[in-house]
Amino acid sequence: MPAKIMVDPLTRIEGHLAIEASVDAGRIQEARVVGSLYRGFEEILKDREPQDAIPITQRICGVCPVSHAVTSAQCLDRALGVMPTENGRIIRNLVQGANFLQSHLVHFYQLSLLDYVRGPQAPPFVPRYENDYRMPEQAEKQLVSHYLQALQARIKTHEMAAIFAGKIPHVASIVPGGVTTPATVDKVTAFLWRLNEVQEFIDNVYLPDVMTVARVYRDYAEMGAGPRNLLSFGVFDLDGEPEVTKRKRLFRMGRVKGGKLLPVDPAQITEDTRFGWYEGDGALAPAKGETRPAPSKKDAYSWLKAPRYEGDAYEVGPLARVMVALLDGSLPDLTASADSALKELGFERRHLYSVTGRHLARALEAQVIARAMRQWLLEIKPNEPTAADFKVPKQAEGFGLWEAPRGALGHWIRIEDRKIARYQAVVPTTWNGSPRDGRGTPGPIEAALHGVAVKDEKNPFEIARIVRSFDPCIACAVHLATPRGEGLGEFQLL
Amino acid sequence: MSIHGIERRDFMRWALAAGAVTEFHEAFLPKLKAAAAEAARAHPVLWLQISGCSGCSISLLNTVHPAVKNLLLDEVVPGQRLVMHFHQTLMAGTGEVAMSALREAAEAHKGKYVMVFEGAVPTKDANFGTMGLEGGKHVPMSEWVKRLSAGAMAVINAGTCAAYGGISAAEPNPTGCVGVTQFLEQQGIKTPVINVPGCPCHPDWFVGTVVKVLLYGIPAASELDDHRRPKLYFAKTVHNRCIYRDYIDEGVFAHKFGETGCMLELGCKGPFAHGDCPMRQWNSGVNWCIQANNICIGCTEPGFPDEHAPLYQRR
Repeated sequence: MPAKIMVDPLTRIEGHLAIEASVDAGRIQEARVVGSLYRGFEEILKDREPQDAIPITQRICGVCPVSHAVTSAQCLDRALGVMPTENGRIIRNLVQGANFLQSHLVHFYQLSLLDYVRGPQAPPFVPRYENDYRMPEQAEKQLVSHYLQALQARIKTHEMAAIFAGKIPHVASIVPGGVTTPATVDKVTAFLWRLNEVQEFIDNVYLPDVMTVARVYRDYAEMGAGPRNLLSFGVFDLDGEPEVTKRKRLFRMGRVKGGKLLPVDPAQITEDTRFGWYEGDGALAPAKGETRPAPSKKDAYSWLKAPRYEGDAYEVGPLARVMVALLDGSLPDLTASADSALKELGFERRHLYSVTGRHLARALEAQVIARAMRQWLLEIKPNEPTAADFKVPKQAEGFGLWEAPRGALGHWIRIEDRKIARYQAVVPTTWNGSPRDGRGTPGPIEAALHGVAVKDEKNPFEIARIVRSFDPCIACAVHLATPRGEGLGEFQLL
Repeated sequence: MSIHGIERRDFMRWALAAGAVTEFHEAFLPKLKAAAAEAARAHPVLWLQISGCSGCSISLLNTVHPAVKNLLLDEVVPGQRLVMHFHQTLMAGTGEVAMSALREAAEAHKGKYVMVFEGAVPTKDANFGTMGLEGGKHVPMSEWVKRLSAGAMAVINAGTCAAYGGISAAEPNPTGCVGVTQFLEQQGIKTPVINVPGCPCHPDWFVGTVVKVLLYGIPAASELDDHRRPKLYFAKTVHNRCIYRDYIDEGVFAHKFGETGCMLELGCKGPFAHGDCPMRQWNSGVNWCIQANNICIGCTEPGFPDEHAPLYQRR
């Protein structure tokens, strides 16, 4: 007789998420990811001034506001026909890079580590799941002290972002055509010396700590693989190419299926609502008619929709970005450090499709981003313009494809009568945390849980560790479900 | 960076909290035992995220003096400690383990705990926001707000969504979100409410307000403004103390981004927004919105964002 494990709320993530798993003979037979909050941001954006999309979409998420700000600005750049100035492009990258580092540090230390080591015997560190802490005493002490150091390091990353963006969470400087902050040498220096400290922490503490956890919890390199389809839109613009999909980026756009690197065509993306609390039964094509929230819909179990690429579920996030880079060979330093880390652990590249692989991918890309930022700082041209002039046209369309720390992010805008007529976004956790679709294909997190052996149903560590390795951000995922929008099919995608 | 120095100092705090005193060199013992024996008053705090973006929690992590570790493990002021029984982003427990911690703390410290809310209350449909299970059913967030507020010594609303609805309640307000302040009025719950708005809430504003309540109890009505914000932080407008005031005197106005001058014509809401941002600044004091040459969008106000919209047009 299958038992049901309910984990509600799954804490130490962004937002409200619940997991339902049926377990038979000690293994998960079926898992359901339940997004337990609905906000309806796209409705809120309708009829507003196009520029207001930048401050408003950031407020979808306090962890990754910069990704929404930049993606939204890209939408507007395109719709308004303005390209960011060189300084504007570089400063957007720097603010985004700083936010990636803060997100990855928080994710490993504050959100994930307490699944592998015991904190103090005091709230909020007790009560907790028990019985599967395996870290040797000395290593546990050290990791706990790094938990505290990481809090200080992440403050530096936020200071870095604020130097060029006014404040964070929710930055103030990103506008169509660039940023408003002047490019001055004092900012370059203030940013650089904080970056130096953070980089030291990443190289000497963060990556070694990820390796320590990987060594002690070796079984997690074989757990939580997911669909093995990976998708990345690419992030950090390295040139001013007007066409977003042709732009040279630090992490490139790409997709992996069956171990092969393939190109991305955003027109192949659909959203399915079969098991979402929305009216309609989820045809594979993007909904053409009205889709409205249906909180009592029979069989539905989540506020998340199910994005699919050519009908398949795809995992997005650091693993996707790193795997694309490994396969296209565009970041030789990353390839070298990834292969050397895997060798040291006695793992192969196939082990990256796992809980361990996701944590490792985050730390490895944090190193690459930190190194790249040092270079970008020196490319700033003090006192040259950071923003370009623009005018809001009567009618226009635009889109932005980018990456949040937790994966592929797309925004689409349509302007009519100088107002937002439609706004649509497809966000990382909607991909990773999606429910089943009309064909019964589970979402990536659901797939990652299937077949997993649960040692102790009262303390289902396996579920917590697997789900958290995806770094779910439910605020993003559920807030952007389209309550009344017409879906991506309405937009000229490319 | 003296990694080992930091490790030892920090670890001692953790070990103290963990009761792991015996693991230390004997030389430390007398001091540690003496510290542990001091009877600091423990103030239970419960922090609940409702309909929001977690930005106020993330902003709290930016507190410098005291640091987050001081808030969680040390006496925040001599003789006074916070005990954070529930905070979804920081706590170790998950699922029912977390929910039982919440229920037990609320019961054990009835009438004595400080209740912090982050995010607005969705009221249009119970299923628009749920947390935890009771009798196999997901419990609506509004139900938690009712129960936990009623048993609290005071409610502190961290951020504009909890205080007034904020972005979560922006037109056309698809989920029927209301601020906790208004929700409690509707429910007839009389627990004293202090609003610490901002999108997000500045960590200094929040920490200062908590310390105020610990040391001196619930603020007198005269210490709060009409919107129940502490006057200490919110008495004056951003415009009152803006670094660009001299541009107004000189009649220099910016008409496009990147141009030098007062940004009223670009839509700056500094004259309508209360807060000490120009003096306190953000993120360890490195910068703030106007110093980044962008406008103030008035994020601390009850009417944010709709009264200020379009954000980039002069009001």
